[in-house]
Amino acid sequence: MEFTVLVAKLAEGMWVSVEIFLLTLLFSLPLGLLVALGRMSRNLILKNVIKFYISIMRGTPLILQLMVVYFGPYFIFGLPTPNRFLATIVGFVLNYAAYFAEIYRGGIESIDVGQYEAAQVLGYSRSQTFIRIIMPQVIKRILPAVTNEVITLIKDTALAFTISVSEMFTVAKAIASAQSSVLPFVAAGIFYYVFNFIVATIMEWIEKKLDYFR
Amino acid sequence: MKYLEIRNLRKSFGDLEVIKDISLEVEEGQVVAIIGPSGSGKSTLLRCATLLETMDAGELIYLGEHAVRTGPDGKAVPAPPGQLKKIRGYFGLVFQNFNLFPHFSVIRNVTDALITVQKKSKEEALAIGRDLLKKMALSDKENAYPYQLSGGQQQRVSIARALALNPKVLFFDEPTSALDPELTGEILKVIKDLAAENMTMVIVTHEIAFARDVADHIVFIDGGVIVEEGPPEQVINNPRNERTRAFLSRFER
Repeated sequence: MEFTVLVAKLAEGMWVSVEIFLLTLLFSLPLGLLVALGRMSRNLILKNVIKFYISIMRGTPLILQLMVVYFGPYFIFGLPTPNRFLATIVGFVLNYAAYFAEIYRGGIESIDVGQYEAAQVLGYSRSQTFIRIIMPQVIKRILPAVTNEVITLIKDTALAFTISVSEMFTVAKAIASAQSSVLPFVAAGIFYYVFNFIVATIMEWIEKKLDYFR
Repeated sequence: MKYLEIRNLRKSFGDLEVIKDISLEVEEGQVVAIIGPSGSGKSTLLRCATLLETMDAGELIYLGEHAVRTGPDGKAVPAPPGQLKKIRGYFGLVFQNFNLFPHFSVIRNVTDALITVQKKSKEEALAIGRDLLKKMALSDKENAYPYQLSGGQQQRVSIARALALNPKVLFFDEPTSALDPELTGEILKVIKDLAAENMTMVIVTHEIAFARDVADHIVFIDGGVIVEEGPPEQVINNPRNERTRAFLSRFER
């Protein structure tokens, strides 16, 4: 196989990886915030349900969670097997929301109580306080931890091969066994690295943007 | 007119009774200084008065309107949320450690509540904010961020932020305690200027000499009760109570 053809095939898989990456972030970042709020809730039932969910997500392999989401509906409930891509997104979102939730929680709990008190005395409502005063400070503080997760996510997209979604790693593996060559893996590695480099650069740029306050 | 009335306030944290029946009145234009050893309950009193802490018993009244009243069982009952929101507009609070919003510029710290809470136009808020920054000698810091300022400058921003909402009563919780000694003077001067403009103020402070200079009324608290109160000449210069004398003897006079 010519190198250009190899790159073209990998690029297709690459696009699927990018889709998994973007859709996972799009849903798990907001969901993670809701999960964090539930985790910090004074409602003990909600709080404990959320704690249990987080412990499952963090305590079992993502690869297993993907299989449960994909095969679970049929084997547990006798329902039709879901679309592979959809199952991948659901699996990733559920897993990453749990990690993001704990990052949000750490950030929110690190904000000095004086910020809430100052806002209260000035007459801000609870939601105004959270949105205008607390969250901007939280985002700045959690950014390095979020960058870590985002970078891990890029590499984790390769796990979608377990349920045969043709993302880049699945494609590379298929070509490699057909051609008896390691070149596809090398090319895939370069792809992941470049992808990560771009994302890390963007995150660094956002961090710099938030440098105006301490 | 009575701007603030506290009647028979009681407050406990667990088994520890921090405030045991304190009553206090503040008239329009009056400057009241609250002094006392640490752990005496003076900060808790201020936090109850500013609704940062709930009261166990007693009444809290601003300009004749109840923020907290006594229920039939003798326990304190806060007013409904709408009423509390209105009453929060009657007072401002300057914190010991400023509590400025670090992600807002100086001018936005002062104007944001005007726009967000009082729904004033941006132009109007900006005019009020600039006016106050000028008064605090901070006009050149309008676009600076809190971390770029000295402690004294930060405290002046927080005073401007509290004044922007045009409170009837302004509380100060040890406003100079977090400052380097050479910076306390600029804050004390600002408070003196406000007193000269007849601003009604309640100041919790360790600065005894300052309290004597600026306050019309001194309240000495110890062990959760008012031990002695009266004009500064009486409480500070000629204390009658043994505990007041013991406390004051630790300060140079």
